[in-house]
Amino acid sequence: MAQFSLPANSVVNPNGNVHKAPSGAKDVRSFRIYRFDPESKDKPRIDTYEVDMGSCGPMVLDALIKIKNEVDPSLTFRRSCREGICGSCAMNIDGVNTLACTKASAEIKGTVKIYPLPHMPVIKDLVPDLTNFYAQYASVKPWLQTRTPAPPDQERLQSKQDQEKIDRPSACILCACCSTSCPSYWWNSDKYLGPAALLAAYRWIIDTRDEATGERLDELEDPFRLYRCHTIMNCAEACPKDLNPARAIAEIKRKIAERKQ
Amino acid sequence: MSAYEFVDHSYDVVVVGAGGAGLRATFGLANSGLSVACVTKVFPTRSHTVAAQGGISAALGNMGQDDWRWHMYDTVKGSDWLGDQDAIEFMCKEAPAAILELEHYGLPFSRTEEGKIYQRPFGGMTTQYGTGPAAQRTCAAADRTGHAMLHTLYQQALKHEAQFFIEYFAVDLIMENGECRGVIAIDMSTGTIHRFRAHMVVLATGGYGRAYFSCTSAHTCTGDGGGMVLRAGLPMQDMEFVQFHPTGIYGSGCLITEGARGEGGILRNSKGEAFMERYAPSAKNLASRDVVSRAMTIEIREGRGVGAESDHIFLHLEHLGAKVLHEKLPGISETAKIFAGVDVTKQPIPVLPTVHYNMGGIPTNIHGEVVTLRDGNPDSVVPGLMAVGEAACVSVHGANRLGSNSLLDLVIFGREAARHCAEVVKPGKRHKPLAADAGDLAISRIDRYRNAKGGLKTSQVRLNMQRVMQNHAAVFRTGDSLQEGVEKLDKVIGSFSDVSVSDRGLVWNTDLIETLELDNLLGQAAATINSALNRKESRGAHAREDFPNRDDANWMKHTLSWVNAQGKVSIDTRPVHMYTLTDDVEVVPPKARVY
Repeated sequence: MAQFSLPANSVVNPNGNVHKAPSGAKDVRSFRIYRFDPESKDKPRIDTYEVDMGSCGPMVLDALIKIKNEVDPSLTFRRSCREGICGSCAMNIDGVNTLACTKASAEIKGTVKIYPLPHMPVIKDLVPDLTNFYAQYASVKPWLQTRTPAPPDQERLQSKQDQEKIDRPSACILCACCSTSCPSYWWNSDKYLGPAALLAAYRWIIDTRDEATGERLDELEDPFRLYRCHTIMNCAEACPKDLNPARAIAEIKRKIAERKQ
Repeated sequence: MSAYEFVDHSYDVVVVGAGGAGLRATFGLANSGLSVACVTKVFPTRSHTVAAQGGISAALGNMGQDDWRWHMYDTVKGSDWLGDQDAIEFMCKEAPAAILELEHYGLPFSRTEEGKIYQRPFGGMTTQYGTGPAAQRTCAAADRTGHAMLHTLYQQALKHEAQFFIEYFAVDLIMENGECRGVIAIDMSTGTIHRFRAHMVVLATGGYGRAYFSCTSAHTCTGDGGGMVLRAGLPMQDMEFVQFHPTGIYGSGCLITEGARGEGGILRNSKGEAFMERYAPSAKNLASRDVVSRAMTIEIREGRGVGAESDHIFLHLEHLGAKVLHEKLPGISETAKIFAGVDVTKQPIPVLPTVHYNMGGIPTNIHGEVVTLRDGNPDSVVPGLMAVGEAACVSVHGANRLGSNSLLDLVIFGREAARHCAEVVKPGKRHKPLAADAGDLAISRIDRYRNAKGGLKTSQVRLNMQRVMQNHAAVFRTGDSLQEGVEKLDKVIGSFSDVSVSDRGLVWNTDLIETLELDNLLGQAAATINSALNRKESRGAHAREDFPNRDDANWMKHTLSWVNAQGKVSIDTRPVHMYTLTDDVEVVPPKARVY
């Protein structure tokens, strides 16, 4: 009979600690939050925090900070700009990958469930290890490559129309919401670059100033690096900046197909 | 102490911080053949440079005649004559080449019809030495220029294969006989302690906006470099000058770029009046930030604020039309929707002056070398230590920074620091052995806070500090209120010895990190409020109601402040550089500052 062994720490204790709301709280919401302490022998668990929303800011990040400040300083998560531009506080909220700082608690019905970005190694609580994700980004050589020297004392000219093509793709904040929502990436993140890195590759492929388009396409023409995208479209759904990595990937595939004709 | 062991590293240069200035310095150094490590507490693209919106100034003249000398004039005037004119000359003259360099790196600038870099008007930026019309000098990538710039710089660092230590929190400098020998950092992912030896440490750690309750600054803006410098017994400079940005969103404090007014946005009070016309008849909504923030505060005080509490102001953008808003200001349209529930094509944005930028910082010369007052010499260089960006005070911003001059400051002085290091540091030079006690200061602080079992949570002490700063070192200040603030802050600092840290772990102990950050903030809060009490005049962002005028005879000088371990502040001064670097331009003599 086949035997399966589950990966370490994949079983989560649903009955972790419960932190009741302070007495007198009127507008109480429950936040069920994934906790994992790598230094203890315990399995990951779900802790419940009852938060008085009457004295809490509107965003999920506000609630997390309130919990950390007032109830449990050991609760661990990344955060920085709190306005949706640095990409630090990406996590899975109510089943969806998004930024805690721009997700309003009021948009969620019932208990607010918060987990780290899915299918990534967890360092602690809501902090995933993004090393592989960043390495994949670096692997697409995300910088301008040219052979002709830059004009002295002048910018490289680019029309408004050509700039528009790179305007949205270059707005990616590397939060990893897209890649970690992609089932193909879950299965093959060792070989498939994932939507974020491919969007970055696309941003340079279509930049009229870049002169390494051929090499960039050569690098991507691979059954895993590019073609593990099966247009599931979770990436476009998840992107908190309303970008469309799936379309960028389709465009890359089209460009590769076109040059074969 | 024996419970802690060091992991040792040696580099020619170590940069602390990976925002705009730190990254520009890092890959400049990597490119120069020096061995360099960049130690940063967040992944580089999370640094707060990412949040800069409006743009980066340079007299490119893409959208009308321009001259770097006019830019210099505006910057000196903006600084209310506290900026050092040699440094300002250097920055403004180098600006066009530095911006073109960014374009050549691939920064996705917005474009003009001719395909050149798009430039927009910004506060305090004029032509013809203040006598001409507003300049279009601020180079923009829509309204996420900082994002475009930070990502571009990180990409260059990748290209140059720069060595990063990411999510390493720098704790303290290693100082030996007045010389900096390196820096101690915690690897947050393991809790191990790392000792970096370097011939030069470049601090690029940003500002300390989080000393205040309401700020546009990120949670991570805790002035860690300034904290380290104060503990090393070195002074900070001009800490009383804290910029309030006129348009933080009411409530959340999130930034709405000055570029919104650059594109034609108008501030209105509860009567619908475009009140800036009364305060700045020619520049109006594009006067300097200190001027606009004071005008808004006066409007609110005199009962003409908007909202149920009459406690804020409206920024109107509706008249710009959906096309301009979509093309030029997409980011703030989104931010206003999320954080104020406002559709900017139909409704005004509720805004309030909000702490935004620290003109003060670690005093340096134009090469980025840290200087101090020693034996009567106000320009005495501290060997082995540099500072760049918002962490530093060169001083190009003086008493008030002009919008879009900060991104410029980052690239100019980040680049210059790298260039200067390449000149003075020999690649691969041997390191002297460190003293036996090197790193003890850092270890003792880590140990104390990790085991702190007092009665106050870190967050409580932090909130108390933020309230004092918000209430007593605000847009307008008086001697009495500052004095009261100094006394209250002393109590808060005293209470810090009763702090408690409940997370005892080593891995990602953010309870500990936030406590170390708070330690950094407290020292700089003390420097700020004491320097403000000391300066008995009004200049730039420092507006004393009991001393409403600028007093050049007595106060045209930089404040230096030292803070001891008990939070006691001592103050001295350095002269303002009223001279230029070359004969390419004349000194801008002081005069009344009218917009």
